[in-house]
Amino acid sequence: MSKILFKKQLSKDVYMMRLHAPLIAEERSAGQFIILQLDDDYGERIPLTIADADAKEGSITIIFQVVGKSTLQLSEKNVGDIIPTLVGPLGKPTHIENFGTVVCVGGGIGVAPLHPIAQALKKAGNHVITIIGARTKDLIILEDEMKNIADEFILCTDDGSYGRKDLVTVPLKEICERSPKPNMVIAIGPPIMMKFCSETTRPYEVFTQVSLNTIMVDGTGMCGGCRVNVGKEIKFVCVDGPEFDGHKVDFDNMMARLNSYKDLEREAHSCFLEQEIKDKEALR
Amino acid sequence: MSHHTHEQLAEEAKKLIVEYLDKIDDMKAKERTKIPPQEMPAQDPEIRSHNLDEVALGYTMEQARIEAMRCLQCVKKSCVDDCPVKIDIPRFINHIAHEEYDQAVGVIKEASLLPAICGRVCPQETQCQANCTVGKALKDVDKSVAIGRLERFVADWERATGKIAIPEIKPETGKKVAVVGSGPAGLVVAADCRREGHHVTIFEAFHKLGGVLRYGIPEFRLPNDIIDKEIDVLKAMNVEIKTNFVVGRTRKLTDLMDKDGYNAIFVGTGAGLPMFMGIEGENLVGVFSANEYLTRANLMRAFDKGHADTPIYQSKNVAVLGGGNVAMDSARMAKRLGAENVYVVYRRTEVEMPARKEEVAHAKEEGIEFYFLQNAKRILGNEKGRVNGMECLRYELGEPDSSGRRRPVVIPNSEFILNVDTVIVAIGNGSNPLISQTTPQLNVNKWGNIIVDETQKTSVNRIFAGGDIVLGAATVILAMGEGRRAAAAINKMLAEEIEKEKAAMN
Repeated sequence: MSKILFKKQLSKDVYMMRLHAPLIAEERSAGQFIILQLDDDYGERIPLTIADADAKEGSITIIFQVVGKSTLQLSEKNVGDIIPTLVGPLGKPTHIENFGTVVCVGGGIGVAPLHPIAQALKKAGNHVITIIGARTKDLIILEDEMKNIADEFILCTDDGSYGRKDLVTVPLKEICERSPKPNMVIAIGPPIMMKFCSETTRPYEVFTQVSLNTIMVDGTGMCGGCRVNVGKEIKFVCVDGPEFDGHKVDFDNMMARLNSYKDLEREAHSCFLEQEIKDKEALR
Repeated sequence: MSHHTHEQLAEEAKKLIVEYLDKIDDMKAKERTKIPPQEMPAQDPEIRSHNLDEVALGYTMEQARIEAMRCLQCVKKSCVDDCPVKIDIPRFINHIAHEEYDQAVGVIKEASLLPAICGRVCPQETQCQANCTVGKALKDVDKSVAIGRLERFVADWERATGKIAIPEIKPETGKKVAVVGSGPAGLVVAADCRREGHHVTIFEAFHKLGGVLRYGIPEFRLPNDIIDKEIDVLKAMNVEIKTNFVVGRTRKLTDLMDKDGYNAIFVGTGAGLPMFMGIEGENLVGVFSANEYLTRANLMRAFDKGHADTPIYQSKNVAVLGGGNVAMDSARMAKRLGAENVYVVYRRTEVEMPARKEEVAHAKEEGIEFYFLQNAKRILGNEKGRVNGMECLRYELGEPDSSGRRRPVVIPNSEFILNVDTVIVAIGNGSNPLISQTTPQLNVNKWGNIIVDETQKTSVNRIFAGGDIVLGAATVILAMGEGRRAAAAINKMLAEEIEKEKAAMN
């Protein structure tokens, strides 16, 4: 059980919440995630990265995008409301050390999980270059937070409404061409963005770490729903990850698996929206 | 076999019992073996393959008493030898024959805390019933006294009275025991340690208790209500329960002792990562581990499509790989979720299948098709990465292998395509890596199972383990047996400490 302490809308469909979770706040490290559930009997388990934590306050911060029925319901919760199921921290923490120069690439909502990692890398003495991007200006999140950490900061939008009019892979390629090339790239965002970041760095042989957000049920190494092909092996995101070598991940298979339930989810989402509209009309 | 309705079986038993009541204690062995074995009433297969209600309905009182009268009350009690928790079987059965159900419950509870569960899911035909003298006399293990059904009968009788006895608890000792995982092993440890007066906390990673009893075994075999009732007893005993707590992650195992003051820990985290075949196409959309498929359907209630937010794959033709109880559960669940054709594909023959006979029989009645001596070679997918077929190979039985079983040998060029859109892989589990990943000082074997001594003690002081995390994939009753042994060792260790502390005070 966890109480919502703070809520803020970051962009049209993106929300930030601070949740009371003293044990998780104490134990978590950058790169880890939680699973929450809005109803103990019928709710689905939603994995979300921990964007920040405050051990003193005993709170963790989550940032999420409304993509379906459950995230929509979560966005409708308010300060003081209770989330019945919250479990974590799950997944392996990011391995942090002084690698030298690290490029942190965040796409859309992926900037949220990237933030604590960039922060930790900076603290460990790395030269941190940050690239954040989104489709359009309204979808950029945590700009100031990322700018404060970065030694170099690049912002792009697909439509050019803010910053450079480019996909994040364009400045990433430029940086890879520098001499010396960066020691490492961390890319977090939509699967397609992580795939192309990995493809961009492959010819330069720059190690590229991605953080995968697969379908998951238990999140503790039991169900196997989160499996991905990494090189020739099957890996489980919840216990072997969530971070993997982007050059070895089979993104196409992962994306197909992410769409396993798309039709059913779309149906649930629209049913829920219809019901909400009906309820609101009834209240009038 | 035609289906006998509950009413028919009840009616027959009512008539039949009159014959035996006067001579309950005077029948010769020969006479007893002539009493007809009582068939378990079950839901009609046509109806039950569309609902999640329990398939086996349980004996009526008359049926139970007739079945109990079949027991010869052997002096040797070979049935007890093969019971992992050593229930005094003839004694509880004799009480049933004499309509003394509360005493029957008492006898079982001396040895087993969860009779309603064991009576339903134990593999009796390979344990207590395997060596039953009646079965031997009739040269048919299926005609052994139905010990499991009788166990279930008395447990259900007790629950129906609404007065489940709460075990007596000794005065508080001030010692704390942490139980990690609330599956069958953990539940037993919690009860046994609490009875000695220790403070017990159960840590469960999921939002609901029961472990595999809840997420794995479907309600048509073990209703949730039964698990809830057993857990209510623990709650009434003041066992503390912490759900949504992943030991190893939310708190390190050793921190439970170092920071939180627990004096002993039992690790019963159960089965872990599902095994896959290692064949082409296994990551296609539509291939599931049995763990995932069953967890979605059971724990996450995906069966209840109108209410549950967790989706489950919509299948028409399903192949289940494997021949154990989990394979049977998956196949029968797929049918209940609306699949038109469900095939169990198994490399050996029916004789070698590890599943309980009753589950196989029930699956067949429900229209599950069995493809023996066949195995998947690769799974085929369409351009969207979704399963649209499975290439199989045929096998024949060859020379016996080292275990004496005839080894299945592939028949060359016997490939054929099975038209399926879903494949459920039910070939077992590895160990759960979480505890060992985060507790490096704990010794595990090459499969990741925790190594324990004969008292279930691990390589780390004060930490004990049992159930599937030690055994690999085993049964509910074996897990309970290990829990029982671990609890005894924990209780002994803590009692000695308390003695020492007392001595030091004086």
